[in-house]
Amino acid sequence: MSKLLEVKDLVIKFALRTGEVTATNGVSFTLNKGERLGLVGESGAGKSVTGFSIINLISKPGYIASGEVDFLGENLAKVSDERMRSIRGNRISMIFQDPMMTLNPVLTIGTQMTETLHQHNPNMSKEEARNIALDKLCKVYIPSPEKRLAQYPHEFSGGMRQRIIIAIALLTGPELIIADEPTTALDVTIQAEIMELLMELCETEDMGLLLITHDLAVVGQVTQNIAVMYAGSVVEKGLTAQVIANPQHPYSQGLIAALPQSSKHGERLNQIPGMMPTLKDIPPGCAFNPRCSHVMDICKTETPCLRLGENGNLVACHLYPESE
Amino acid sequence: MSGVLLSVKNLYKHFDISGGMLDQIKFSRGKFHRKKTLVKAVNNISFELEAGETFSVVGESGCGKSTLGRTIMGLYPPNAGEIRYRGDRIDSLDHKQLLPYRKKMQMVFQDPYASLNPRKTIQQALEDPLRYHSPQLNNGEVKDRIDEVMLQVGSDPQWISRMPHEFSGGQRQRISIARALIIDPEFIVADEPISALDVSIQAQILNLMMDLQQQRNLAYLFIAHDLSVVEHLSDRVGVMYLGTMCELSETGILFEQPRHPYTQALMSAIPKLEGGASSHTRLKGEVPTPINLPRGCVFHGRCPYVNRRCIDEVPQLCTLDDGRQVACHGVEEGRI
Repeated sequence: MSKLLEVKDLVIKFALRTGEVTATNGVSFTLNKGERLGLVGESGAGKSVTGFSIINLISKPGYIASGEVDFLGENLAKVSDERMRSIRGNRISMIFQDPMMTLNPVLTIGTQMTETLHQHNPNMSKEEARNIALDKLCKVYIPSPEKRLAQYPHEFSGGMRQRIIIAIALLTGPELIIADEPTTALDVTIQAEIMELLMELCETEDMGLLLITHDLAVVGQVTQNIAVMYAGSVVEKGLTAQVIANPQHPYSQGLIAALPQSSKHGERLNQIPGMMPTLKDIPPGCAFNPRCSHVMDICKTETPCLRLGENGNLVACHLYPESE
Repeated sequence: MSGVLLSVKNLYKHFDISGGMLDQIKFSRGKFHRKKTLVKAVNNISFELEAGETFSVVGESGCGKSTLGRTIMGLYPPNAGEIRYRGDRIDSLDHKQLLPYRKKMQMVFQDPYASLNPRKTIQQALEDPLRYHSPQLNNGEVKDRIDEVMLQVGSDPQWISRMPHEFSGGQRQRISIARALIIDPEFIVADEPISALDVSIQAQILNLMMDLQQQRNLAYLFIAHDLSVVEHLSDRVGVMYLGTMCELSETGILFEQPRHPYTQALMSAIPKLEGGASSHTRLKGEVPTPINLPRGCVFHGRCPYVNRRCIDEVPQLCTLDDGRQVACHGVEEGRI
């Protein structure tokens, strides 16, 4: 399989008045063509910022301090704004969390859909744009799409809105979709429908999917590969099934054990003591060391690099011997 | 278990959203009509809750589960039906008469950022309910109670002079729980207490709630949409759809073998950690609005087993051999 996206040692910083804060500290992962990758972590782990930075959506005072975002041979961290505009929303689309916030409430669905097409292809006729929009609405199973094109976002339910957003993301036939918590605001039954739809579309359209979520069960269902983030770094990555069945990093172990599915009915859940540090006071060494039950002296001084775990996962933890 | 703590019988709660007089007047066929628009949030709900038990209400957003919780607490007056607490009717009491029951029933809300007053210190937040309900306590006793309850929820009593914004979401939720506990209730309505929190913090709060239940023999009415949490925590579960209870049962048998077609669809949508191909049953259409409830069974428009009777007749909860209650004509007739 060929590489679609490769993120290499991405460091994102925010220059705040009170000093500089590092949001992600050397994040690396690879996404092949037609592959689905899950980026998991708790709030504040830096997963959304990583997703945004790929299409240069981090706003000031945030900036990419170092690292590469290689999309089909082009380093997106360095391209001009103009070049980025022709990629963003065209070859890489993004789906956001709240479907009510992402659609413009005063424009019809039809206007919002054809607008995107005209933006990326000014020579397209109105008729042609409308046909493409209709075709994409059919793909996401919106009933009576012709009538729907003339309606406003408030006339749709949450699940339908998210379908429309997916249809908008599909308009230009992108090679990569970044979905940032696409179903967090939706009910379970609708979540299942939307996830099924996304999986199906990735297969039929041969798109890559970067799924950013805090829900391990959703990632387990949808993706082939997973990267677990904690306090701005990837602590473990590998095949989804492997990581979930046999997590290597103490944080991923704790996270999976903390799910109610992992313990018997009525028993105490396995909790990770303490909470994630804020970005301002990430402890030296391994960021997880104050909460880790296997903590050693080296953890407090040296930041672990990624190394091979027992089952082929890459783990950033001193418990495992360094490879090479 | 020591008998029935709370019993709810045929409870209805409708909200009038028709607005002012002018909004209600409609002109048609040469005449003016006055039309009221009602949101029928809770319709004919009955259940019982025993002391020390966890009863969960699950359902999708808009199914009326939060309204049910708030109506039971007396935050909304019910339109019809009975709410009894240890045998006494509490649904028609005025504010003063309700006071002794308020001491026994407390509520924990979903959003720990919105449910603590940002301008009050933690001490004030905890002190207010205690001074209101137990005015006879002196300052020292109040202080002792606050310290005790802070320790119980795993917070440091030193923090009581701080403001809510100085705490993280998980800590705030602990303080919300402390505020509910400080007057020593025996029943807590927890409305989505963990859905605003991260996974590792969720586990901490759930453990805390289970520990407190053991120590104080608390009964919980747990309102949630996260089915895996509900499965873990509750003794019994009621599944709500569009304001009605469609299935009510012991947790184990409900999750093992759901009977109502809606429960089946809901359970099949839970993402499984192991992954693999999902066997999700897709429902056709969407949830109808609670303003114009469907005739007959509220689920008939989306049910794969619908027949004539479902469209005409409202199903009642009936008890099956394994003790569960299901409101479905198909199950009753043995079709499903």
